[in-house]
Order: sequence, then structure tokens, then C-alpha cells
Amino acid sequence: MLTFLSDHLDAFASGAVITLQYTALSCLFGAVLALPIALMRLSPKAAVFWPATIYVLFFRGTPLLAQIFLIYYGSGQFRPTLEAVGLWQFFREPWFCAVLTLSLNTAAYSSEIFRGALQAVPRGEVEAAMALGMSALQRLRFILFPRALAAAWPAYTNEVVYQLQATSLVSIITVMDITGVARVIASRNFAFYEAFVTAAAFYLAIVYLVILLARRVERRLHAHLAAADANGSRKIRA
Amino acid sequence: MLDLKGYGWLLWEGVQLTVMVSVVSMAGAVIVGLLAALAKLGRSRLRSAIVEAYTTVVRGVPELVLLLLVYYGVPTLVQDVAASLGYDFVVAINPFAAGIATITFIYGAFACEVFRGAYLNVPAGQHEAAAVLGLNRMAALRLVILPQVFRYALPGLGNVWMVLVKATALISIIQLPELMRNADVAARATRMPFTFFFAACLVYLTITLASMWAQARAEGWAGRGVVGGRL
Repeated sequence: MLTFLSDHLDAFASGAVITLQYTALSCLFGAVLALPIALMRLSPKAAVFWPATIYVLFFRGTPLLAQIFLIYYGSGQFRPTLEAVGLWQFFREPWFCAVLTLSLNTAAYSSEIFRGALQAVPRGEVEAAMALGMSALQRLRFILFPRALAAAWPAYTNEVVYQLQATSLVSIITVMDITGVARVIASRNFAFYEAFVTAAAFYLAIVYLVILLARRVERRLHAHLAAADANGSRKIRA
Repeated sequence: MLDLKGYGWLLWEGVQLTVMVSVVSMAGAVIVGLLAALAKLGRSRLRSAIVEAYTTVVRGVPELVLLLLVYYGVPTLVQDVAASLGYDFVVAINPFAAGIATITFIYGAFACEVFRGAYLNVPAGQHEAAAVLGLNRMAALRLVILPQVFRYALPGLGNVWMVLVKATALISIIQLPELMRNADVAARATRMPFTFFFAACLVYLTITLASMWAQARAEGWAGRGVVGGRL
């Protein structure tokens, strides 16, 4: 096991870089996409509400693997059309389809988290902002988003951890992430349990590192509440 | 409608296998989860430490890696150990067993967390009332506590089920002819990948929607004796 590790540590490290890149990129695009979807899901207009709802239902109700196959292999069925509009050069690339699918998928899950967080902002704060004469955009920017961010953070970091693990599926369409590296090394050296145990250890380490970092940020996001608590109790004592 | 070029029956066979693998794995996950939750809540430090390690590993390692580890890793590990003891034989796990074992192992950990939360939701007065009635620990658990645990656990278990059904798609990677695998076979044969993967998506979506409906019914039924009924 030790010689196995020293022989292949470099390969696993480069796989870890790929895994982190795919996670970061898809979470970034996913979060950007999730916000408008969450706002659409809160709209009273049917023409706005239903497209977003069907989107969320589709991406949450089907397996990620099916979505990856649908986009990566499925795009081949429309090759002439995609070639005509110049998109085929992207859709034939595994990395493009992988990041696209992962982003669309996490956008659906994240939008539900954001929607819940936006709904959790106390109505009185929104009314106070209206009373101060804030426009809808100002209310979103100064009241709703900062409050919703703090409320959504714990659930959102959970989603990031899921996403980190979900990226392992891109190995199936030949991307060399941690799992992809493990699969190649395993079959080339007939070292199956060594390779997959090493991969598992890499994921475990990264996941718990992310959780640790997320907790730190969470404490900062809630710092003002902790301070308010401390002040409040001091006042009572005085 | 989608033109399946006569491959509809292949998808239908896949659907049946997907549902069967899901049901068997879910039953296994409920049993594993319940035992693990009782161990985690119990007095034995060793047992709760083992369960803690189990849930920590499952939450931190992708399902695909665990599946590959069970399907490819375990047989080769057994062979290597046997070889070092002077035995020579080939071990192969069939995909059906490997799939069910892996899914049960993973979702047992999630079910464990659901049951633990549900157990902690049962008011302390219920434990005390059972003790006052003279029930011993096992009888109290069976007659008073567990029925309530299941009611509190129902929303969480429904969630585990829906995630589990989608996770069975991964077993197609080890060639088990379930829905995803058969959609892949049909897609290659007809060169219509979008049609067949989209059809597969619609089937999963149907299962999800049916499960949501069934869950709402089940929660209503479980809460029938409670004032304010639904959780």
C-alpha cells in the first residue's frame, strides 16, 4: 500500500485539482443561475413560476448520471443542428458537457435553498425597507440578500459537499478527476482496492476540509448576532 | 410521443429491475439504519463509535467510489489475502448483489440519521409513561417508542427513498441491466441517445412524482390519530 501511494500520489493529486476545479466552476455557475430561478419560483405570475418549477422538478427528479448522458451522448443526435450554429465544438468535449450538466443540476438544488432562505426573511424587515422608501432592487440588495445569505449558508455548504462528491460521475465520460485517475490506475496495475481506497481517502479529506472552512465562514456570517446577544445580556445584567 | 423504435420492452424490463433493486435496497437501508440508530443512541461507547465512523465515511465518499470499491475492490482484496495464505481462487461478486449491498450500505447511513432524529423527537414523557406502566425496555421500545419513531421518521425516509431510486442509476456502470443500462443499450443500437436517455429521465420523473404523492398519503395516514395531524 505504501509503495502504491508513493508511485501514484502525483496522479491522484492532479485528479484532486480537476475535482476541485469542476466543483468550484459548477458551484459558481450554479449559484448565479439559482438566484433568478429562486426569484421566479416566488413569483405570483404563472408564466414566470411554471418554467422555473418544471426546471427544478426535472433536475431534482432525475439522476445526475441520466442528465450527463442526456447532454453528452444526447447532443450527438442533434449534431448537424449544433454544427450549423457552431456549438458542436463544445458539446463534443467531455469537460464542457460535464461542467454544463453539473451547473444545471446544482442550480436546481441551490435555487430551492435560496427560495427557502428568501422566504425566511421576516416580513417586517421588508416592510421597514419599503417604509424607508427603498426600491425593489435596493430591498433585494440591502435587506433580502444579506439576510438570506446567512440563512442559506449551512444548507448551501451541504450542497457544495454533495456537488464535490457528484463530480465523481464525470469520470464516466472520461474526465480524469480523482475517480477517473483511480479507475485507470486500478485496471492498469490490477490494484483495485488500493486505488479506490486511496480515492475514498482523498474525497474524505477534501470533504471534511470544506466543512471545516464552511463552519468558519458561518461563524463570521452570524458574528453580528453573537455580538448582539452579548450586548443584550450585558444590558440585562446592568 | 417518443418513438422508441420497438425498444420499449427493453426499457420496461429495465424499469422493473430498477424498482426491484430500489425496494430491496430500501428495505435493507431501513433495517441497517434502525440498528445503527439504536447503537448510536445506546449506552455502549464502542458501538456508537463504530456507527459514527460508518456515517462519517459514507457522508464523505462518493457513491460511485464506494460502488467500485465493493464491486472491484472487495473480490481482489479477498483474493490477495487468500493468496498470501496459500490459496488460489477467483472471487466474483455479481452486479445485482454488489449494487444492492452498496446502495443499502450508503442509504443505511442516511436512514440512521433520520431514525436518530425521529427518536430524539419522541417526548420524554412517553418513555416515562411506558416505564410507569411496567413495560421493560424491549416492550417499551416495541409498543410505545418505535411506532412513534416511524411517524416522525416518515418525511425523512421518503426523502431517502427518492434519492435512493436515483442512485440506482449508478449500478448501470457495473453492467446490471436496469433502466439506465438498457436505455444505453437501446441508444447505441438505434443511434438515438437523446430519445432514450430522455425517456429514461421521464420514467425516473414519474417514479419521483408517484413517490411524492404516496408520501403525502402515508404521512396523512400515520398522523391520523394525532391532533393537528400532519407534521
